Amino acid sequence: MDITIIKPILPEIVMAALACVVLILELFIHKKETIGVFAILAVAAVSYVIPQSFGSAFNGMFISDGYSVFFKFIFFINLILAVLISIRYLKIERSEFGEYYSLMMFATLGMMIMASATDLIVLYLGLELMALSTYILAGFIRHDRRSNEAALKYFFLGAFSSAILLYGITMIYALTGTTNILAIASQLQGKMTTQLILAIVFLVVAFGFKIALAPFHMWTPDVYEGAPTSITAFMSVGPKAAAFAALGRVFTTGLIDFAPDWRGILIALSILTMAVGNILAIQQSNIKRMLAYSSIAHAGYAVIGVIAGGAEGLSAMMNYLFIYAFMNIGAFAVVIMLRVEGVKGEELEHYRGLAKTHPLAAVLMLIFMFSLTGIPPTGGFIGKFYLFKAAVGAGYAWLAVVAVVFSVISAYFYLRVVMYMYMHEPEGEPAALATSTPLGLALLITTIMVIVLGVYPSPFLAFARLAIG
Amino acid sequence: MVEFFFGFFAIMILFCSVMVVMSRNAIHSVLWMLVMFFHVAGVYLMLNAEFLAATQIIVYAGAILVLFLFVIMLLNLREEMNIEQLIDGWPAGLSLAVAMLVVLILALGSFSVKPWGQWSIEVVEKTTQTKALGKVLYTEYLLPFEIASLVLLVAIIGAVVLAKKKLKS
Amino acid sequence: MTIFEFLFPPGSFDIFLNIIIILIKIAVVIGVVMLHVAYATYFERKVIGRMQVRMGPMEVGPHGLLQPIADMLKLFFKEDIIPEKADKTVFYIAPLISLMAALSSLAVIPFYEGFVVANINVGLLFILAMSSLGSYGIILSGWASNSKYAFLGGLRSSAQVISYEIAMGLSLVGVMMMAGSMNLSEIVKAQAEYPAGIYAIPQILGFFVFVVAAIAETNRAPFDLPEAESELVAGYFVEYSGMRFALFYAAEYIGMIIMGCLAAACFLGGWTVPKYILAILPFLKYVPGIVWFVMKVYFVIFFYYWIRATLPRYRYDQLMAIGWKLLIPLALANILFTGVIKIMVE
Repeated sequence: MDITIIKPILPEIVMAALACVVLILELFIHKKETIGVFAILAVAAVSYVIPQSFGSAFNGMFISDGYSVFFKFIFFINLILAVLISIRYLKIERSEFGEYYSLMMFATLGMMIMASATDLIVLYLGLELMALSTYILAGFIRHDRRSNEAALKYFFLGAFSSAILLYGITMIYALTGTTNILAIASQLQGKMTTQLILAIVFLVVAFGFKIALAPFHMWTPDVYEGAPTSITAFMSVGPKAAAFAALGRVFTTGLIDFAPDWRGILIALSILTMAVGNILAIQQSNIKRMLAYSSIAHAGYAVIGVIAGGAEGLSAMMNYLFIYAFMNIGAFAVVIMLRVEGVKGEELEHYRGLAKTHPLAAVLMLIFMFSLTGIPPTGGFIGKFYLFKAAVGAGYAWLAVVAVVFSVISAYFYLRVVMYMYMHEPEGEPAALATSTPLGLALLITTIMVIVLGVYPSPFLAFARLAIG
Repeated sequence: MVEFFFGFFAIMILFCSVMVVMSRNAIHSVLWMLVMFFHVAGVYLMLNAEFLAATQIIVYAGAILVLFLFVIMLLNLREEMNIEQLIDGWPAGLSLAVAMLVVLILALGSFSVKPWGQWSIEVVEKTTQTKALGKVLYTEYLLPFEIASLVLLVAIIGAVVLAKKKLKS
Repeated sequence: MTIFEFLFPPGSFDIFLNIIIILIKIAVVIGVVMLHVAYATYFERKVIGRMQVRMGPMEVGPHGLLQPIADMLKLFFKEDIIPEKADKTVFYIAPLISLMAALSSLAVIPFYEGFVVANINVGLLFILAMSSLGSYGIILSGWASNSKYAFLGGLRSSAQVISYEIAMGLSLVGVMMMAGSMNLSEIVKAQAEYPAGIYAIPQILGFFVFVVAAIAETNRAPFDLPEAESELVAGYFVEYSGMRFALFYAAEYIGMIIMGCLAAACFLGGWTVPKYILAILPFLKYVPGIVWFVMKVYFVIFFYYWIRATLPRYRYDQLMAIGWKLLIPLALANILFTGVIKIMVE
């Protein structure tokens, strides 16, 4: 048997095997931190086999190319950072189980499959693997009703969106007789039919659900608020990026001939998403909910990259997600730091006077809030800059202007957090912070990356551009 | 003959599906669903897919639906049975559904029969569907098959983690 | 075109003839099996009676031979009581589902060469599908009776049936792999070709799992938890009486006969006799196939009674543990062995 045929999928195989190993380790290891460390080592092992993986396998169902590899690195960063911020947090929430890390790895595996899928069936199964793992993770704090609620809501709505995705896939199959994304384009030959419009709408709805585009965002605030904070961080980046990867691949390769049609839908959704995310975020007093709406808004920005299309648009979208991973998880890491025994640390009130009581934490939060707003010299600025540049380049200057206006609105609620930290006096006894070495490490990585990406972004930009090819 | 049976199965599937939604008693809903699964299996049979038809009944009717029954029975929904209207705003839902139906009917025209490729009706009939399905599943579609196994594994882990693990106090 | 031609297009005569032949076959099979059901109860009481040093039924007819008929008449004329708060529709159809599922399985059983009502390719799966359908009758009757004993019995029983069905299905996979088919007639023919003559020898592990699972599947002792009379009065059919009770009773015995047929067809060589036995005793080839088949089925049914008379009832958690922790892993191991050996031989 020729072993080289499975080379493109080797990273996924390694990941699956190690996820199972982690599952078994849980039986023998009582210090669950060790399992977390093992999960990070597993990512290292998987990254090690990635360079040799380039190529296509399984009759063109699966491909390992620059595009997918770039996304896979986003997933790895997401996994590593999420594991780092989980270790102490899980202890505080009294939900320290080894399966947690294993499920995170399975979710990441699902994302990797989604990014690499060139067949709609593989894409669907990858999505299902990712989604099922995150449903479970969202309900991981079993004794917390909010966590249960989050898992249930996420599961019901997620199952519904999966069904819609399948509906779209069957329609495309009925039209073309194939599920291969590349073959779809050649089978359709640019012929527009009513059925294809339906299929496109279904696909947009299904991906829009995972990305949390308005009006398919309804689940996001409740789920993000209820889920364990570390998982909120995990799923605000990974699954979103994976859905973006799939969206980008399906729409810009399989359905590229119908770009004018889906572009119109995406533009409308993008504007609506930015509006809903940014405006509703203003009302939130719970920081997790606020970040949920902020993540909806950011999805609205990132979609602009797909709308702009081409190498420039896609690489801008990829860059944006790359930067977003650091700044968003960084912000959640600070939220987690405030979660100690007895204090939820999720309300805006808890940030009152943080600069006085814990200056370092306040500075870190300041950086992440600046970056999420898009203020230079942080990574968030660079991400937005290239996105809007791509939009202008593709002839959507007005869309860029709309996005900038919404960014300005977003400054209100991001900077309000800063104001609470710096302009208000602390009330009562200052609570201690739940710091730990892994959490510190996560904060260090995210802060450095947010600054570096803001000051010296060219190597990363070049990487994304190279990945697109 | 074929048209007659297809029409029969199609109408029965529609009728049962409507009854599933309309039944006030959740147990009756499940029973209508059971009847519907049988008719779906009938459609599979007409497509020469006898293996799918049998697994449809074994898996859906025999396992999944029984679990539905279990859950519904243990929930004891006697009070919910007397609720007049389960959800508000059903006219909105109905009009959306009707709109979708209209669009789907419009889209019906663009369906067309595609070439069969390697597995034509004659070939499937000769090799039997079980063998044909097995061959395709373990060669061409090996990757999706394996991913599906991982999905099931995750589902098992989830069930154990969420239901069985002892809470730490 | 006249109306006659419209109603009876050319070739329709053959179809009608076929349908009539099939109907006759069905009638024969059901008639014979129902007779067997009646006398299986008699056989059971006699066998267990002898094992417990009693006489068994002796009053009605010589040696109590007419006892089953008397029982039948009694049940037939008994009042059909329906609990006041029962869900009437479901209460009515539950025993019918049980009986229908059991009777439908008979359609694919090859009693002797060429005699099978429906010779379909997925015969084994069909039987599994129908036996899984049987659990609906049980769980629905338990629920519809609106009585806690019946409800508990129904829940227990369906959990048990679902669990053991997995083990049973997996135990048959080895047979399917060896025969390369799921058609029961093909499986019997493949066994005749096989050197050992019966699959019970190479598939001893699968056979063991099958027999245990079959007992649990039919809710027989020592796995008769659903109707454990000491705790649940009589389990799911506690509220049933008269004819409907008889339907459940019949369904249970038909289930037993089907399991016997399945064991005979899949593991014991069906209507054939192993070649090496024919070589030693050549006159056996004059015995018709149906006799062999029926003898094998009787043997399996006798085995059922034997176990019932010998073993005490299991506890519910033990039952589940046996199913999930012993039988399913064993069946999986059996599949693995069979596959590996099959690859090595080829």
